[in-house]
Amino acid sequence: MIHGILQTIAPFVIPVLCGVVIVAIFPLMAGYIVLLERKVMADMQARLGPMRVGPHGLLQPLADAFKLMLKEDIIPTHADWLLFWVAPVISVTMALVAFAALPIGPAFQIADINVGLLFVLGVSSLGIYGITLGGWASNSHYSLLGALRSAAQLVSYETAAVLGLVSALLLAGSLSMKEIVQAQADQGVWFLFVVPVGFFIYFVGSIAETNRAPFDLPEAESELVAGYMTEYSGFRWALYFLAEYANMVVVAAIATTLFLGGWLRPFPGSHQTLPGTSIELLDALPSILFFVVALYSLKLAPKQPVKVQKLVMLLVAGLCALLAAVMAAALFAPDPVKIGIHGAFWFLAKVGAYVYAFLWVRFTFPRYRFDQLMRLGWRFLIPLSLVNVIVVGSAIVVQQNWGWKHPLVSAIVTTLIMLGVAVFLAYDDDKHQAAIQAAGGE
Amino acid sequence: MSDERTNSGSNVTTTVLGADEIILNMGPQHPSTHGVLRVKLKLDGERVVESECIIGYLHRGVEKIAEHRSYQQFAPYVDRMDYVAAVSNGLGYCEAVEKLLGAEAPPRARVIRTILTELQRIASHLLWLGTHALDIGALTPVFYCFREREEILKIFEKYCGARLTTHAFRIGGLQYETYDGFEQDVKRFCEDFTHRIDEYETLLTENRIWVGRTKGVGIISAEDAIALGVTGPVLRASGKKWDIRKAMPYAAYDQYEFEIPTRPTGDTYDRYLVRMEEMRQSRRICLQAVENVPSGPIMARVGKVLKPPPGEVYHSIEAPKGELGYYIVSDGTTQPYRVRVRPPSFINLQAFDRMARGALVADVVAIIGTIDIVLGEVDR
Repeated sequence: MIHGILQTIAPFVIPVLCGVVIVAIFPLMAGYIVLLERKVMADMQARLGPMRVGPHGLLQPLADAFKLMLKEDIIPTHADWLLFWVAPVISVTMALVAFAALPIGPAFQIADINVGLLFVLGVSSLGIYGITLGGWASNSHYSLLGALRSAAQLVSYETAAVLGLVSALLLAGSLSMKEIVQAQADQGVWFLFVVPVGFFIYFVGSIAETNRAPFDLPEAESELVAGYMTEYSGFRWALYFLAEYANMVVVAAIATTLFLGGWLRPFPGSHQTLPGTSIELLDALPSILFFVVALYSLKLAPKQPVKVQKLVMLLVAGLCALLAAVMAAALFAPDPVKIGIHGAFWFLAKVGAYVYAFLWVRFTFPRYRFDQLMRLGWRFLIPLSLVNVIVVGSAIVVQQNWGWKHPLVSAIVTTLIMLGVAVFLAYDDDKHQAAIQAAGGE
Repeated sequence: MSDERTNSGSNVTTTVLGADEIILNMGPQHPSTHGVLRVKLKLDGERVVESECIIGYLHRGVEKIAEHRSYQQFAPYVDRMDYVAAVSNGLGYCEAVEKLLGAEAPPRARVIRTILTELQRIASHLLWLGTHALDIGALTPVFYCFREREEILKIFEKYCGARLTTHAFRIGGLQYETYDGFEQDVKRFCEDFTHRIDEYETLLTENRIWVGRTKGVGIISAEDAIALGVTGPVLRASGKKWDIRKAMPYAAYDQYEFEIPTRPTGDTYDRYLVRMEEMRQSRRICLQAVENVPSGPIMARVGKVLKPPPGEVYHSIEAPKGELGYYIVSDGTTQPYRVRVRPPSFINLQAFDRMARGALVADVVAIIGTIDIVLGEVDR
């Protein structure tokens, strides 16, 4: 009887629980992504980054969160208070809703929609309303300029980014996130290696879509103070911030699913086992990795100058050892558990790598100017992605009808063609630009 | 099109699209107006139709203060004008008063002054490079620049105890002998610095975005620059080979070999290249100077109480930002009758509107950065 009831309500309750978990955990996670970002930035800039709040700044995100929540809530006198109030909520809601269709490992996905990718893209582009409305409602010139910039930018780069995704979709033949990953498992290769140009286009497009440097014009600090967020403070500002980081994770997750093989481990086709056991060599990689990190932290612990730091280092070592143990234990568990845990690890690792690339780009390049951004979008990325779709499509037809069995052969050919197209487009754009300058501006 | 831009004066209220223009006040509190500059921009969309610099937020009446201080007492005040190049300010003032007195600093003092001033030029240019890159959105160079600037400030600190507003020189020479290892410190810095500056260049010089953001932005022709009184790297980037260190040598500059870098077009990219090359040349001067510091006294006999004969004098030096001039009138008492400063930042800032018309909002911050102003000097 009870069993029956449980079975009836489980399909409704489990997704809700998963949703609650994401909404509860993600803000904290975003805080730590910010801390990591600051640490990565500090590393690239020859300094230490946050060190004051907690050992190695580990409590900084909590302190920031407290500060933001305790701040005075200011609504400018001439702002449209309703929209001012609603805009950040729209932004953050849309960003978090997108998580519903993302498969974090084969076991953890709130809703496996058959048009999952469309859903994620659609919902995350709705977030732009939050930015535009917020910028308009603030009734400030900086905000307005920021909002206008972001509207134009999103429209142009969304097109390019999605056309970049289409090349991978052609290979997968499905819009369901799970089936896309499954297709990569079946073909035995990540789509990154089959359509690298598509990945590149999506990478650039996704940076622009999430308003990150060098495409962070909507919030260009040195020009527009904070762009659309200029008039926001305290918790509302925190919501925008949360939305930005959530969007970053969402685009990273999309890229991971479509191009980086989702939850698959590297070389999904190789099945070499450890000598004398039935454990596959590459499956053991995560636990070995964590174990090495644990040993390293253990070695560092006595060298820490303060007692608290020693303890924290030991804690980190313990945590890594625990994770290593979990990953190792999962190897001996039944298949669904094993794939679930290892899949989640690989998925998150790839998302992390993608986000790291974001940060790397951010701290390396200067910012584009608005007209240059538009030119790059419309004169380079969109034509390139259109040609890419046609070339990849033809390659697939050729492959199916004349049977170049190995996908990498056609990958090399298409990539070479696309590089030629890219060089042509860049050259053409330079020529165009030179002609404009010769004509005297505009 | 360019004609249309320059002609669109203050009366224009509607634009091509029939939309209203907006007035955007950048500053005085703004991340990239380098202090408290306020720029009133009249915008058509994102394009600048007209601009106006509003200054005075940092006015402290330095010139007036001079009239109530003795000549020596006023020396520390000049450090607070261009506070990122305090040593150069001090050099200009000390030499002007020396000229008024008819005194001359001894050779050893002159060489040490040259070394410190050239180090200060590098420090000032490093600060410019870091903040300029930051304005254009490159977050990282500023920290590398500060790392090198720190080395220079350490040398200053070891020499006179202060890092920023140093008051390093005295009228008639120097108060302090150099510390042990001064030469080695300078030499070590100069040797490391070549690699460092190459490193900045790899980050920026051929970066497509950097070139796109700076090339063709804020162009000013040599004629316009001269007409507006613009000096320093801004003038040299427009193709005019004018450097007071060569034209009217002071301190010990006549003893050293160095080039005056110039560039033809006068855009932001050229100004960037000129300043980068100037840092290399400053390094060259430092190395030459430090090889051969003459021995001897460091202070001329000027007396404890300075009473210059009645008269007036104008003396200018090549500060990191341009021609820094001091016009001093003496009435024969211990206090100057009038001190007038010709600050390079203030006069170079006049070219802002000429450079900014027709540019985009993003270019405005690039142009403010490339003029390299310090508001302490603009407002005095």
